[in-house]
Amino acid sequence: MNQDWPLFEVFIRSRAGLEHRHVGSIHAADPAMAIEHARDVYTRRQEGVSLWVVPSAAIIASDPAEADSLFEPARDKVYRHPTFYEIPDEVKNL
Amino acid sequence: MYTQALDSQPQSPPPDSAAEDALAARFQARVDAEDKIEPKDWMPEAYRQTLIRQISQHAHSEIVGMLPEGNWITRAPSLRRKAVLIAKVQDEGGHGMYLYSAAETLGVSRAQLVGQLLSGAAKYSSIFNYPTLTWADVGAIGWLVDGAAIMNQIPICRCSYGPYARAMVRICKEESFHQRQGFEIMLTLARGSAAQRAMAQDALNRWWWPSIMMFGPSDADSRHTAQSMRWKIKRFSNDELRQKFIDITVPQAQFLGLTIPDPQLRLDEASGHYAIGPIDWSEFHAVLKGHGPCNHERLEARRAAHAAGAWVREAAAAHAAKLAARAAA
Repeated sequence: MNQDWPLFEVFIRSRAGLEHRHVGSIHAADPAMAIEHARDVYTRRQEGVSLWVVPSAAIIASDPAEADSLFEPARDKVYRHPTFYEIPDEVKNL
Repeated sequence: MYTQALDSQPQSPPPDSAAEDALAARFQARVDAEDKIEPKDWMPEAYRQTLIRQISQHAHSEIVGMLPEGNWITRAPSLRRKAVLIAKVQDEGGHGMYLYSAAETLGVSRAQLVGQLLSGAAKYSSIFNYPTLTWADVGAIGWLVDGAAIMNQIPICRCSYGPYARAMVRICKEESFHQRQGFEIMLTLARGSAAQRAMAQDALNRWWWPSIMMFGPSDADSRHTAQSMRWKIKRFSNDELRQKFIDITVPQAQFLGLTIPDPQLRLDEASGHYAIGPIDWSEFHAVLKGHGPCNHERLEARRAAHAAGAWVREAAAAHAAKLAARAAA
């Protein structure tokens, strides 16, 4: 067989209350097998309480070559951060 | 486990256009600034090829590395040792999977990579072409071979290529138990009967020099160190890492009451480093070329496993196709 099984991206929730986080990828014939393989490869030491597997082909990613124009609009808007505003030291709880 | 500084094929410099030059300059500036390179970023073709080769060799080494130790699972001396050894061999398989995934982000398929291993075209760490003759070899591999691998791998956690660096962080975290369980086996044997001590010494005698050679050719003969360092794929030279390994391992051998098989080994008071006798590089190159004691056996085992698993892969694919058809109907 020279055809690889489809690729899935693997996300783990390390404990309840935290978000799922990308950890790597896995090949599997179908979604159920992807979960089992992700369990075997990425959670041998109790790394998680929940797994997501997502077909890699389904992920739509931004283009790094366009990162400048994509993220540029936020660059000059420092007034979106609280540290932009000068408040006298005597003023508390602000 | 297990990377080895393998001597790699020569690269031709990329054909340059002005646009490519500008991209290359920007790439190098990012690398110099310790920025990470991610899969979809522009990268020089030679960087991509170097990484594919290095990461896949590393992955192959993990997979082939399961064989010498797997050889002792059924004969481990206790249930505890057996459970530990199974967990370690499973880890090596997992490490191979992390690394194949990292290599695939560079635009090569898993089937291609596995094909290169099975055809004999790809290299893997030459250390796995030595046999595991006694139980003490399992201890010596954990202590020395994993120890050398950790020394090699820790700097790769800071590699400029993100997916490789992240895989290495995960691997290094898991690797530490491998070395400790190996040392524990050696310690148990060293504190055991005269026959057990002799077995431990014999394993050290056979694994010491191959472990020293895992760091690859000496700097004078290593053709690609400079380029890999510029790209921040590599952080220390082969000889620097080898020296670090020797300096930490010699006192461990002394603690075990075992003798390093090198009559010229001595502590150089001035530098504080251990000096070793000459390395027999002809052996290293012979093993790398396929003339080690187990090269043939290792590849045959991988080919047989791949062939024996063919029906499972086909059945799983057929089952998946049937499920998909049913869902569509």
